[in-house]
Amino acid sequence: MVLSVQNVKKSFPGAEGPVPVLRGVSLLLERGETLALTGESGSGKSTLLHLIGGLDRVDEGSIAVDGREVTTMSDTERADLRRSDVGVIFQQFNLIPSLTVEANIAFQARLAGSFDADHAKRLSEALGLADHLTKYPEALSGGQQQRVAIARTLTARPKLVLADEPTGNLDEATASEVLGQMLGLVRETGAALLMVTHSQTVARRMERHVHLSQGHVV
Amino acid sequence: MIWATLTALLSHWRCNRLQFFAMVAGLALATALWSGVQAINAEARASYDAAAATLGEGQFDQLLPRSGDKIDQSTYIALRRAGWQVSPVIEGRLRTEMGAVRLVGLEPLTTPGSIAPVAMQDGTNLDDFLTRGVIFAPPDVADALEASVKQRVITDPSIAPGAALTDIGVAQDLLDAEGRLSRLIIAPSQPLGLPALDQIAPQLVRQPAQDSGADRLTDSFHLNLTAFGLLSFAVGIFIVHGTISLAFEQRRSMVRTLRALGVPLKILIGLMISELVLFALVAGGIGVALGYVIAAVLLPNVAATLQGLYGAAVSGTLQLRPEWWLSGLAIAVLGTGFAASGALWKIARMPLLASARPRAWSVASGTTARRLGALAALLFATGIVIAIWGQGLTLAFVLLACLLIGAALVLPLLLHCAVSLADRQARSAMWQWFWADTRQQVPGMSLALMALLLATAANVGVSTMVSSFRVTFVDFLDQRLAPELFIRIEDTDQSADLERFLVSQAPEVLPLLSVDTDIEGIPTELFGVRVGPTYRKNWLFLDDSGNVWDRVAAGRAVVVSEQLARRADLWTGDSVMVASELSLPIAGIVADYGNPLGQAILSEAVFRRLHPDVLPVSFGVRTEDPAELRRRLTEDYGLPDTAITDQARIKAFSLSVFERTFTVTGALNVLTLAVAAFAILMSLLTLASIRLPQLAPAWALGLTRRRLGQLELLRAVVLAMVTTILAIPLGLMLAGVLLSYVNVEAFGWKLPLYVFPGHYALLTVFALLAAALAALWPALRLARTPPSDLLKVFANDR
Repeated sequence: MVLSVQNVKKSFPGAEGPVPVLRGVSLLLERGETLALTGESGSGKSTLLHLIGGLDRVDEGSIAVDGREVTTMSDTERADLRRSDVGVIFQQFNLIPSLTVEANIAFQARLAGSFDADHAKRLSEALGLADHLTKYPEALSGGQQQRVAIARTLTARPKLVLADEPTGNLDEATASEVLGQMLGLVRETGAALLMVTHSQTVARRMERHVHLSQGHVV
Repeated sequence: MIWATLTALLSHWRCNRLQFFAMVAGLALATALWSGVQAINAEARASYDAAAATLGEGQFDQLLPRSGDKIDQSTYIALRRAGWQVSPVIEGRLRTEMGAVRLVGLEPLTTPGSIAPVAMQDGTNLDDFLTRGVIFAPPDVADALEASVKQRVITDPSIAPGAALTDIGVAQDLLDAEGRLSRLIIAPSQPLGLPALDQIAPQLVRQPAQDSGADRLTDSFHLNLTAFGLLSFAVGIFIVHGTISLAFEQRRSMVRTLRALGVPLKILIGLMISELVLFALVAGGIGVALGYVIAAVLLPNVAATLQGLYGAAVSGTLQLRPEWWLSGLAIAVLGTGFAASGALWKIARMPLLASARPRAWSVASGTTARRLGALAALLFATGIVIAIWGQGLTLAFVLLACLLIGAALVLPLLLHCAVSLADRQARSAMWQWFWADTRQQVPGMSLALMALLLATAANVGVSTMVSSFRVTFVDFLDQRLAPELFIRIEDTDQSADLERFLVSQAPEVLPLLSVDTDIEGIPTELFGVRVGPTYRKNWLFLDDSGNVWDRVAAGRAVVVSEQLARRADLWTGDSVMVASELSLPIAGIVADYGNPLGQAILSEAVFRRLHPDVLPVSFGVRTEDPAELRRRLTEDYGLPDTAITDQARIKAFSLSVFERTFTVTGALNVLTLAVAAFAILMSLLTLASIRLPQLAPAWALGLTRRRLGQLELLRAVVLAMVTTILAIPLGLMLAGVLLSYVNVEAFGWKLPLYVFPGHYALLTVFALLAAALAALWPALRLARTPPSDLLKVFANDR
């Protein structure tokens, strides 16, 4: 079991008191498994992703990544979790604009101290980035930038990949191509993938599908 | 992890080289001006310390002659026999081929321990010093002496500038002053039951230690320089603050990404601090080197100023002192820390899931501007309280700080109001957009405009002070230098004969009788003057009680200088002890600019009664034909031409000393303004790099790139003009504080404030030109921005 989420609750402050977003969510994810998390806007998809990635803290409940309890971790321990075991792919790519494509791809693995140049090269080639390694992100199209973000995450060989609408900013054809490449590489590396998406088409390409509605798994 | 994170952080600067340059250059300039001033202060203080150590100045009480300038050696022997622990000193000017040297003779067996810490080096011992004659001197003086004396000259940089030190016997011999002494140093511990000084040596007067040192007098001057250095540093730090704020805003998304990828916040903040410290050390190093150059260029003028205003000798050459360059690096690091603290605090508190988009680069938008305005009002109120009730130099500087900081803080609000006013007058759509866009730019340019405000106000204030001083000083010279010729003789035996000759040749002869004395504990020159038409017609009083010269001529009153009046708190009508047996009321107070000593003026008759041994060696002579009188003095009387100086030459010399005195201030003034212009350039350049999203829509709606460039230029000029116009009244207030508070504390005189509209108009033109030049490059860059870059703003995939 690479991810275990048990009865997680989370509220955010509102004008008329706390607004519950997650009302007791539980789910499990096996090693190498892919899971689509869908739901309407405000259903808590991204919040759940952030909690699993240690980017935010739960109000109640338990989250374990590869057997390590996230909810009781300090800030430093959660940062260590993100460096080594969890990779996050954002909708806005979040590349470092002042580093080249090559440096961006290597970046997370270097942070984790697990950089493997051959692995990075293979991923770059598989994602069609080999000709763009010396460029800066601003010189790339949106699809290419998202490929760099995927390569950056997978180069660090995380056990769990969290993807927040990774193809939400791309046109349909590009999105389909990038998704295909990402799924192929995730399977190849043996990582589990939890992807937040609005798209039923994308969700259908995952092994499992969980729908969130009003803070509950339905 | 650390290396990878540091690489990512540093990569920002690689991609934003202009920003990096602005930060390093701003910090280097700030450090340069600050450390330059500190180098000058350190050198001057080292010179005072050397003087105190070499000559005993300021450290110990001393005995001085009541009249004349020499003490007979028998008086010293009498005091020693009576048990007084005193040590003799002789001082005099020794002529050498390379100019006069101040020769000081000490008696090493009786001198208090901390005087003359000359290392007995190079095989020299006390026997040599006492018997064979050894002279210690700083390098330049040693060179001058070696060719002129037969004694062995040893170079010692710790000796006071321009002075040489030797045994008293050697000095008496070289100065041709056998059996005569200049002063006696009183050892700190004296035996009990000593007979009173009046019983043994009534002709001597005791001068307390603190009144003879240069430190106290010059402290105020150095405080002035330090304040100017601090102002320059503050202007430079504005640039650094602006650059760091922008850089950190631009790096918000990178910080968020780094944290999301697993870099702990503490490590991130630690690396950012390390990065800034590294930059601060590099920029500080450059600044210290530049500061050294500035100090080396300015030091000779400062030395002249200190000599002219306070009579304090300062070495004209600069030494590389560790405490100075270390303090330069420290101030660079502290300044960077101050400039970056707000940005680092924001980064540290930024939630991990906060919006990563860079916010508008602003310091004073909306509520912030109003808060700054409220803080400015508080500072102005504090300033008013100090102006009414405060006293002392420190409070005068606090008042200046309140005024300047308050004005800087209220500037964004005033600019906002001015632009809103213009906005309401705009009729066409383009001008409405222009003013609205200008209002948006005000926060981004606030820091640079604050720097311009401070620099321009300082320029107006200091130049008004200097020009007011110049006008007053020229008037003062006209009053004081009324005689057409001045004659100075070396030999007092010639005095009476010369006076008889002059009286036979000229309608009015003004002998100048003087002794150095002490009035109310203040070192003072006591003058005896022949009251006549010249004094009555030319001398103006700052305050008087009527019939001044009649009362002085009758021996019933005294005139004192403003310095003496202020230091001793003696004013018109008060009585003052001009000698141990004579107290006279003060009939008038006169200005005496540029004199470190107090001045008291008696009638010639009273002076001669008090000091019968003193004969005049200087004479002022009124004549309608100076050339003819000069001819008669040289040809008929046989006086050397060098003994005669005409009025015009003295005026020219005095004015040249005056101009040199304010060269330092002028140079710092120009440098500060240059730093402010640089601040505007950097802020415009950095703003230009983030302006595209605001300009692209205007371009898309029909404004050409060329027109946009012109409007950018106009915007900079308009903002600079409003700032400069606001700076003029601020500068006049600054001048008022300098003239009415700081000068009185620092120099001992108060000056009237004159206004120089022509100068302010010229300064405004210069400020606008500087702003236009600074804006030219960013405007040209904008005018040449490729359409593809403007189109990217609308691209969905950005």
